[in-house]
Amino acid sequence: MTSRAPAGEWVFRAVCAIILFFLLFPTLLVVPMSLSPSDYLKFPPAGLSLRWYEAYLSDPDWLDATLFSVQIAAITTVVSTVIGTMASMALVRGRFLGREFVSALLLAPLIVPHIVVAIAVYLQFAPLGLTGTRLGFVLVHTALAVPYVVLVVSAALQRVPPSLEMAGLNLGAGRFRCFLEVTLPLAAPAILAGALFAFLASFDETVVSFFISGVEHKTVTRKLMEDIEFNLSPVIAAASTIFVVATVGLMWLGDAVKNLANRRPQAATPP
Amino acid sequence: MSATVAAPGLAPARTANAGATSHRGQMPTWLALALLAPLALLLAWVFFLPIVRLLLTSITEPTLNIANYRRLLSEPRYAEVIFRTLWIALLATIATLTLAYPVAVLMARPRSWVSNVAAVCVMVPLWTSVLIRSYAWIILLDRNGIINQWLSAAGLIQQPLTMLYTSGAVLMAMTHVLLPFMILPVFSALRSISPDLPRAARNLGAGPVRVFFSVTLPLSLPGVFAGCLIVFVMSLGFYITPALVGGPRTLMIATLIGQQATELLNWPFAGAIAFVLLALSLGITACFKRLLQLDKVVAHD
Repeated sequence: MTSRAPAGEWVFRAVCAIILFFLLFPTLLVVPMSLSPSDYLKFPPAGLSLRWYEAYLSDPDWLDATLFSVQIAAITTVVSTVIGTMASMALVRGRFLGREFVSALLLAPLIVPHIVVAIAVYLQFAPLGLTGTRLGFVLVHTALAVPYVVLVVSAALQRVPPSLEMAGLNLGAGRFRCFLEVTLPLAAPAILAGALFAFLASFDETVVSFFISGVEHKTVTRKLMEDIEFNLSPVIAAASTIFVVATVGLMWLGDAVKNLANRRPQAATPP
Repeated sequence: MSATVAAPGLAPARTANAGATSHRGQMPTWLALALLAPLALLLAWVFFLPIVRLLLTSITEPTLNIANYRRLLSEPRYAEVIFRTLWIALLATIATLTLAYPVAVLMARPRSWVSNVAAVCVMVPLWTSVLIRSYAWIILLDRNGIINQWLSAAGLIQQPLTMLYTSGAVLMAMTHVLLPFMILPVFSALRSISPDLPRAARNLGAGPVRVFFSVTLPLSLPGVFAGCLIVFVMSLGFYITPALVGGPRTLMIATLIGQQATELLNWPFAGAIAFVLLALSLGITACFKRLLQLDKVVAHD
């Protein structure tokens, strides 16, 4: 790391370059693939064409699935941001028995493998007719997305000095007004970042969506999974490229907002 | 200015005196519980209850018995799947750690265009759906895939190689997908090492190799442990990548659960395997809880 020897430094950089190529090349491979004019996948593509984007945009199956996923993700974002922020307030400002235990439980959806959640929720939802419905998706996705909101928002709330809220209370404001006028503006960037992460947690969610999708309503991740298994048309690459651009853009935005929220520079969030 | 705002007699909420509830500024317990209620109810009904019910079906269907667990333990086919999952998870952990460390070192260096480029190369894959990255590995490794096209164009092979649906393919794709989750905790540990420490060691006469092994590496171990734990536990429950890139001979615990549930409709048996997977993931996480710094990955501080 601290080698001054140019030779060692260059070997180190070459090794890093190879590893970074290994990380980035498969990730961005869908971009050139989607621009291929031919029916099969070839790299580098034989030319440039937008026909697979046209195919994506003119296929009602793809558009319905995309729209459905965006709807689910939007509702999930609102619900999980509201109830996640409420819970964060309780965890950071409240004092009650078993607080540590409760906050550990709230993060459980991050640790439990999604395949277990998928099967379990399918068994719960199927008899109630909730599989393949908007309500069903929003309920599960909220459970899976809310830990991200709780993590980001409670970290921010811990940085808001309680004395500010108390000053508001002392000056005669009610608790709700105190929250709206003192706490909320200070935690707003973190809440916005949490909301973006929740949106992506829902939009990207694949395993549970795969199992609880219905014939009529399926998420775009289910559609992608089906198409990858049954045909390898470059239209998948075109759809993937659109999602890579959209998610990387949103995550970058979320990260920028979160960095704004915290003082020190920081890095990451898993999708 | 904020320090002067609190009126005398009002202790800040976060005092050692946590048992006292009568401070005026502190959130009353009923309010805390009310704020928590919607999330708690949702998680109870959509998350905890279904999982408990799934685990219960494994011992109550059709009648109370442990036949599913006996079958899981006695048929070598299933022991093989569990063993294979642990083995692939271990190899993926070793592979990601090996590849992650140099990149983390590069990223932890003082800011320059090189460390910025490295950070982008790590974040873009992290933010890209696992589904899409697994799809890329299909494009690469398929019989008519890009690697075979290149190899035959270069005259190196006559027949296309079978790479997809092998355990090597699963390991390769999983290493790729999980690599950012190893890089970030290691990076964060390296970043928190004060630059004064390696400098002091150098001033005391240590060479770069000695500085690395005596100062940098030991101080980065918490990040290494956290990364290994995250990657290992994630590998155990991985579904998408083995389902797409692997084949019937590379069945892992998660894909076995999916197969039992959807193809064979054997929910009680799927529940039994789910119990094994949960016990492994949660057991390992609980054992190494202190090392698992979830917040390090999600909200770097």
